[in-house]
Amino acid sequence: MEGPLSDVPETGARLRGSRCADCAVAVHPADPACPRCGGPAEPVELSGTGTLWTWTVQRYAPKSPPYVPPAAGFAPFTVGYVELPEGVRVLARLDIRPEDAEIGMPVTLTAGDGVPRAAGAAV
Amino acid sequence: MSGEDVLVCGAGITSFARTEASGRQLAVQAVRAALADAGLPWSRVRAAYGGSDAAGNADTLVAELGLTGVPFTNVRNGCATGGSALVSAAHAIRSGAADVALAVGFDKHPRGAFDPRPADWGLDEAYGRDGLMVTTQFFAMKIQRYMHDHGISARTLALVAEKAYANGVLNPHAWRRKPLDADEILASGMVNDPLTRYMFCSPGQGAVALVLCSPSVAREIKARAVTLRAAVVRTRRFGSFEVFSPWAPPGTPTSVSADAARSAFEQAGLGPRDIDVCQLQDTESGAEVMHLAECGFCEDGEQESLIPFGATGIGGSLPVNTDGGCIANGEPIGASGLRQVHEIVQQLRGRAGERQVPGDPRTGFTHVYGAPGVSACTVLTR
Repeated sequence: MEGPLSDVPETGARLRGSRCADCAVAVHPADPACPRCGGPAEPVELSGTGTLWTWTVQRYAPKSPPYVPPAAGFAPFTVGYVELPEGVRVLARLDIRPEDAEIGMPVTLTAGDGVPRAAGAAV
Repeated sequence: MSGEDVLVCGAGITSFARTEASGRQLAVQAVRAALADAGLPWSRVRAAYGGSDAAGNADTLVAELGLTGVPFTNVRNGCATGGSALVSAAHAIRSGAADVALAVGFDKHPRGAFDPRPADWGLDEAYGRDGLMVTTQFFAMKIQRYMHDHGISARTLALVAEKAYANGVLNPHAWRRKPLDADEILASGMVNDPLTRYMFCSPGQGAVALVLCSPSVAREIKARAVTLRAAVVRTRRFGSFEVFSPWAPPGTPTSVSADAARSAFEQAGLGPRDIDVCQLQDTESGAEVMHLAECGFCEDGEQESLIPFGATGIGGSLPVNTDGGCIANGEPIGASGLRQVHEIVQQLRGRAGERQVPGDPRTGFTHVYGAPGVSACTVLTR
């Protein structure tokens, strides 16, 4: 699985994942093999909207390496899993303030320049 | 378990407090303590299994223990290192390949959170660079969802940690031996919401060794032995929700802990209701809450009517983590699983000192869980 994120076309685009034709299991990042049956999986563009399944706040700076803090220094950030209609929960950095984060809230999900990014969506 | 009964006839443990000692030095100390407890010399051990995650190879311990030629197998299985070593030692006894076998687990980690490398876990470098390779985040997100689904309160999380520190006060081997109450724990600063600083265990150090033997050896040495009725290791099935997952499948997650516990109970011919004292992986408060249900000791959500009423305390209906668990002992990865078994062995022998569970407990259970979805469980009886 190393590498596929670097193939992401551009920031703000829909996420690319993969899906097994037989058992309909969708994953992100894309994987050539289905994690359930081991059969071949096809690339698929995933939905850009979903709901927040769970979340937390990273209140302390993760260890570096591997973490690379932003130029302005570490600031707490939110992370969570976004559930998409394809039946997959995708781990993402959230552009949502801790006080606004709520399980079940609608969110948009896009490719970032690193991991996927999610933001609150208008209902 | 089929075949010959497997008995634990010796148990040795070091302090889990931070010292200058190396992980290997701690391991030697634990092995010698376990052998002394069993009343057996090192030369009597016919098979040995052990390991650490970050403190070296167990088979090198023979340089200090004695070059007896014993077959010594290194185990490196993450949080299940101790459990896997124990399963192997039990197989050696049951198969008749050895009549005395050793399992040893030890570790020593630097201070602060673990710092895994994305490539070791098959993940894109971006997950590390962007700050998502953090174990504590996963634990927080799992309990956050569980609290939402099953009505668990933040105060209950604090009470789990309060109990851990209270039990640590009673345990001379524990690292954290200062009591902390629920209010202090809630006010100790949010680390990963909803988990605060004092709800977490910290990477630490320590070593534990267990000597296993056949019934005939136990009779010969007149050991105060405990029967290892089941020892099981499982890896995750599809559908589970695990640490370091860039994605997870939908639906209610499957649980490797539930799989391992069920299998251990089947092997032992006992159920959760038969257990008098248990040890559940408590990397943080939320883990103990969820593992109570995953291992079959209560229904989802029932924790809220058990924990606040002292059910999991030493005098409660199901004492959990009587030695203070990971929260009070820290997490030396290779040692934790055997620490849990050591505690149950002492409880069943009536040797747990100030933290002894009243009423002469006869049955015990242990459970560890770790990345990337591995669990080890045991059932022990007297």
